[in-house]
Amino acid sequence: MNNKLKAAAWAAPAMLAATAPAMAQSMDQKINDMFASSTGWFVNFIFSPFPGTSFPWIVAWLVIAATIFTIYFGLIQFRAFPHSISLVKGDYSDPNDAGEVSHFQALATALSGTVGLGNIAGVAVAVGIGGPGATFWMILAGLMGMASKFTECTLGVKYRNEYDDGTVSGGPMYYMTKGFAERGLPAGKFMAVLFSVFCILGALGGGNMFQANQAHAQITNVVGDFPGWITGIIFAGIVFAVIVGGLKSIASVTEKVVPFMGVLYVLTALIIILMNADMIGWAFGQIFAGAFTGLGVAGGMVGALIQGFKRAAFSNEAGVGSAAIAHSAVRTKEPITEGFVSLLEPFIDTVVICTMTALVIIITGQLVSDPATGMYLLDEGGATIQTVDGNKGVALTSAAFSSAFGWFKYVLAIAVILFAFSTMISWSYYGLKAWTFLFGEGHTKEIVFKVIFCIFVVIGASANLGPVIDFSDAAIFAMAVVNIVALYFLMPIVKRELNSYLSRLKSGEIHKFH
Amino acid sequence: MSNKIVVGYDGSDSSKATLDFAVELAKSQGAAIVVAHVLEWSPYSFLTPNELEERHKRRGEELERAEKAVLAPLVKGLSDSGVEVTTALKYGGIADTLCDIVKAEGASQVIVGRTGNSGLSSRIFGSVAGTLAQISPVPVTIVP
Repeated sequence: MNNKLKAAAWAAPAMLAATAPAMAQSMDQKINDMFASSTGWFVNFIFSPFPGTSFPWIVAWLVIAATIFTIYFGLIQFRAFPHSISLVKGDYSDPNDAGEVSHFQALATALSGTVGLGNIAGVAVAVGIGGPGATFWMILAGLMGMASKFTECTLGVKYRNEYDDGTVSGGPMYYMTKGFAERGLPAGKFMAVLFSVFCILGALGGGNMFQANQAHAQITNVVGDFPGWITGIIFAGIVFAVIVGGLKSIASVTEKVVPFMGVLYVLTALIIILMNADMIGWAFGQIFAGAFTGLGVAGGMVGALIQGFKRAAFSNEAGVGSAAIAHSAVRTKEPITEGFVSLLEPFIDTVVICTMTALVIIITGQLVSDPATGMYLLDEGGATIQTVDGNKGVALTSAAFSSAFGWFKYVLAIAVILFAFSTMISWSYYGLKAWTFLFGEGHTKEIVFKVIFCIFVVIGASANLGPVIDFSDAAIFAMAVVNIVALYFLMPIVKRELNSYLSRLKSGEIHKFH
Repeated sequence: MSNKIVVGYDGSDSSKATLDFAVELAKSQGAAIVVAHVLEWSPYSFLTPNELEERHKRRGEELERAEKAVLAPLVKGLSDSGVEVTTALKYGGIADTLCDIVKAEGASQVIVGRTGNSGLSSRIFGSVAGTLAQISPVPVTIVP
């Protein structure tokens, strides 16, 4: 290389750096526009309302399914709750199986995929649009969703593939093909393919772009504004190192710190709530009043209900089918036991953690209401509630927690980044399972998916919140459309397993080891 | 009462010394030895989805490696000592699992080395020997 060329090679990055800020903003904008225009039709279809109403059909779809499973299995989420806890504690685990995946581990891993930004940012979005009343519907949807999760995770374990080398692959695509064939039903394969396509989109959307987007929002919230693609590239690099490079250390550190962060988050929320103990009654009053009147939010009661249901479904993923993939690896002779364990997931995720976030936002007075009428005031656009500092999404949660403890925004920033990261790792796995189901296993095929996954991290960090959150929700709900159809056809199988297990539990054939 | 001695063995130099001590003791008492090798494992640890998927396979590999690399050569080495030697290979918390093995074998005593964690970490988490001394159903000998 001659000197002139060398000089040019040095100069180019320097020039790039000088013009970076201006370019970066326009690059973010370009990515955003391109993304919004190419996904709009899909989002519109999934969220199209029933004719003449503002009620999206997909929300009804999920809630009706959860209600049907709740009734069909006779309130299983409440009946089996104590038994689920003793299963997780390991009371029924054979000591000779030590060293295999325990119920606790399967639950913890599935939870680290669902507990994340949905619980922090998602809830803030829901309460910011639907008001405190959204919390009521969110809790209700969480409780009902436990039955959906029970159904899908039982099937996930029952119809998983076990390979000769000892590894397992499970999830909706397997119960769709094998379960449908067993019952002599057609179209199982078709549904499995459709589900896998949506699962890949969901992995790239909610499991990836939404996470990258909100992680970036959280970082800028702490260190000041800078272009999203920078965060995106750094994140993509780390994700790449873990899922392609097999860098176990990062993954295992994350898996250890995430549960700690989760506990810290809930404890801090509890402390803030207790510090405002005199407001607890008022907050629940707002939640109940808001649930049935809307208290001035856009769309009134229906607006609150839609937001609550949407966030619950997005946060705990009940009926979506993703958890069925995560829970399939457990070592158990009874598939139903994993169903019991998995029903704790929406409870912990939505009924406990999401509710904490909502309560903190409400109790710290982030939402602005008219003192005279008690009605919440809306922003200029008329869609969202005014907040004290104009915060939205994760910034709203951060402001709520910081109003009590100034330092908490730093903890929250770290928590959000770690949650985002662990959710990405989980979803990269779900997406990969769907991908290999479609295209077959193989090193090159897997690498292709993983690289695509990393590219979407950059896109997600660069785009605006609106289009990203719309696409994320749409893709994840599309998975639920296919999955729930399959669950309706296969739920008699779960019922058979349930009855057989309960009778053997009663007779003492299934007993505690400890 | 059966005359069996359970010996905690992890392949370290100190555990080899412990085993030598146990063999001498067994000779003098006409006892049999159960060499216990515990692979540390908690059902409450956290794993990634990928690790979950491969766990069953890894467990098989770990057991095979422990059997081949640790236990088999040891039993062979002791074959001409005149003492009856059997082995036990388990997953779990080390002290708890040693107690389980003692109960399962109906052993009359258990012998472990003192090594492993020392200093700060054993102050916080406790040492295997210390915990075992507190929870064991049979007399414990700790070899320095």
